[in-house]
Amino acid sequence: MSRVKVYVPRETTSVSVGADEVALAIAQQAKQAGDIIQLVRNGSWGACWLEPLVEVEVDGQRIAYRNIEPDDVPGLFAAGLLEGGDHEKRLGPIIEEPYLINQDRWTFWRCGLIEALSLEDFQLHQGFKALEKAWDMGADAVIDAVTESGLRGRGGAGFPAGIKWRTVADAEGDQKYIACNADEGDSGTFSDRMLMEGDPFGLIEAMAVAGFAVGANKGYIYLRSEYPLTHMILSRAIVTARDAGWLGEDIQGSGFDFDIELHLGAGSYVCGEETAMLESLEGKKGIVRYKPPLPAHEGLFGKPTVVNNVVTLASVPNIINMGGERYAGMGVNRSKGTLAFQLAGNIKRGGLVEKSFGITLRELIENYGGGTASGRPVKAVQVGGPLGAYLPESQLDTPLDYEAFTEIGAMIGHGGIVVFDDTADMAQQARFAMEFCAIESCGKCTPCRIGSTRGVEVIDRMINDENRDENYDLLVELCDTMEDASLCAMGGMTPYPVRSVLKHFAEDFALGQKNQAIRNE
Amino acid sequence: MTDQTPESISRIVQGFDAKPEMLVQILQAVVQAHGWVSKDTIRQLAGELNLSRADVHGVVEYYHDFRTEKPGKHIVKICQAEACQAMGSRELTQHANTAVDADTTIEPVYCLGNCACAPAVMVNGKTIGRVDAARFDSLVAALQGAD
Repeated sequence: MSRVKVYVPRETTSVSVGADEVALAIAQQAKQAGDIIQLVRNGSWGACWLEPLVEVEVDGQRIAYRNIEPDDVPGLFAAGLLEGGDHEKRLGPIIEEPYLINQDRWTFWRCGLIEALSLEDFQLHQGFKALEKAWDMGADAVIDAVTESGLRGRGGAGFPAGIKWRTVADAEGDQKYIACNADEGDSGTFSDRMLMEGDPFGLIEAMAVAGFAVGANKGYIYLRSEYPLTHMILSRAIVTARDAGWLGEDIQGSGFDFDIELHLGAGSYVCGEETAMLESLEGKKGIVRYKPPLPAHEGLFGKPTVVNNVVTLASVPNIINMGGERYAGMGVNRSKGTLAFQLAGNIKRGGLVEKSFGITLRELIENYGGGTASGRPVKAVQVGGPLGAYLPESQLDTPLDYEAFTEIGAMIGHGGIVVFDDTADMAQQARFAMEFCAIESCGKCTPCRIGSTRGVEVIDRMINDENRDENYDLLVELCDTMEDASLCAMGGMTPYPVRSVLKHFAEDFALGQKNQAIRNE
Repeated sequence: MTDQTPESISRIVQGFDAKPEMLVQILQAVVQAHGWVSKDTIRQLAGELNLSRADVHGVVEYYHDFRTEKPGKHIVKICQAEACQAMGSRELTQHANTAVDADTTIEPVYCLGNCACAPAVMVNGKTIGRVDAARFDSLVAALQGAD
């Protein structure tokens, strides 16, 4: 009997619900039964609610089994797992899984498909083809393709990537850098992590393409410390790529030098802000810098630096392979291409869904997510992390489009979608927004540092029914100050979730007449 | 986790070629090896990296990861961010505070990136998803059983 491939993800969410134990149980069971298997540790397909998701390759087709526990393994083998045998947890071929079949997997297409740490598997699936093509095209044409694609920064700010790359390419200086922001701090987001764990060589290739395009020979990845498994996988991938001549000097005889250094964060949310991240990369406190100068002119160690999020960078290789026009053909308005949406919180089928822009929140939450995990009605949905607004049920038909979200005082951010059911106390969520800002503020500007603490106090007084109307006015004024006068998005956008609660969930503050007044605004 | 000694700290510093711009990485390595950063270590790092003690102290104080007190034998981080709140992390935290002994340090963490399988906790560096009170108790029992 030939070696049967059995796939068990090595990815934080899968492992957090037992994938390592399942992999071990499968290896032991196979050994006991005298079956020769090849255990493949892939990334996750993103269907988190099915994890641990085990697949077995039968006649070139991958048959999936969901929510496998170590105790299921003997029964699975008895049911003929290695032949794709029937079992109550058998889903069928993974490519027919409805959650995956209708996605637009441009950036995450290798995620789940390949063995994450196999350079061979990566290269069998287009790996490094974009880098080789970039060398043929030349740096200018690469930047043109990125510009043409309409790709915007996926970290949250949505700045056009092509313009940023062009600015760095045109900047004076013999030393330039690529700084990859992998400090994915927003609650409800995990797309950077899934990409790095499922397709680490994909990120390495993307950074090399960026380096080639702008004339940088050094890249940094700033990875948050809350992701230890990601750190292990990326570290190993970087060493493997270097050993195979895909990082370092004169890559594959092309004459192009590029290497990557992996840095760990240390638990600071604000280090996801690009200039704070640069400070942290320089070994200092993660305190936000004034802009200008822009990092594209004076970034890491004062040198011109491209700062891009993981998903932004990882979207590039396919843009090079298939052309910017193809990417720009997806999405709506000025929101081109795809975004890896992340369904989280109180959701029945949580996970990652890569779709073209323009899909509505309702389609994502109902069709993909299956509603709440508790089965209760949706009360609020926070989109875009802790600085994103809480949207009521009535706004769920908003299309996911950067500008459409801006219009309703919300933001898409990094694509995290956190669902709350009707038991949520939204006054507490507004309080938490201020509290989180107080905990995480870097302290440089007063509106953020002091305003957040005062915000918690004011909200506490409202919750305790002390001069509720007066404190309401004070809170609105405080939100104005923070929004207008903060240095970065931390203080500047903390008012978003707070205002959205005042506007849509005022009853949770027991704001009687005020409530009506706000609604009529 | 072992005690901080001048030798162990020097080894970490040398591993980063004693570059002052690697301070955050060096402190992260200190915490991963020893669990916390002592006053003596701050003094030593300042000397070996040619930084002022105020500089090193400032960086240590700034980042949540850099504890300045020795933690318990086990460290349990419970996610307090919104996705976990939506699945009952506040109640889980209340339960946890009464469920562990003095050997275990409970710390808040703001997102473990496991938001589709909330609530999430991290036990001695390992992320665990879908944790309710009963699951938490069995995790704690396993820790105590391992001691």
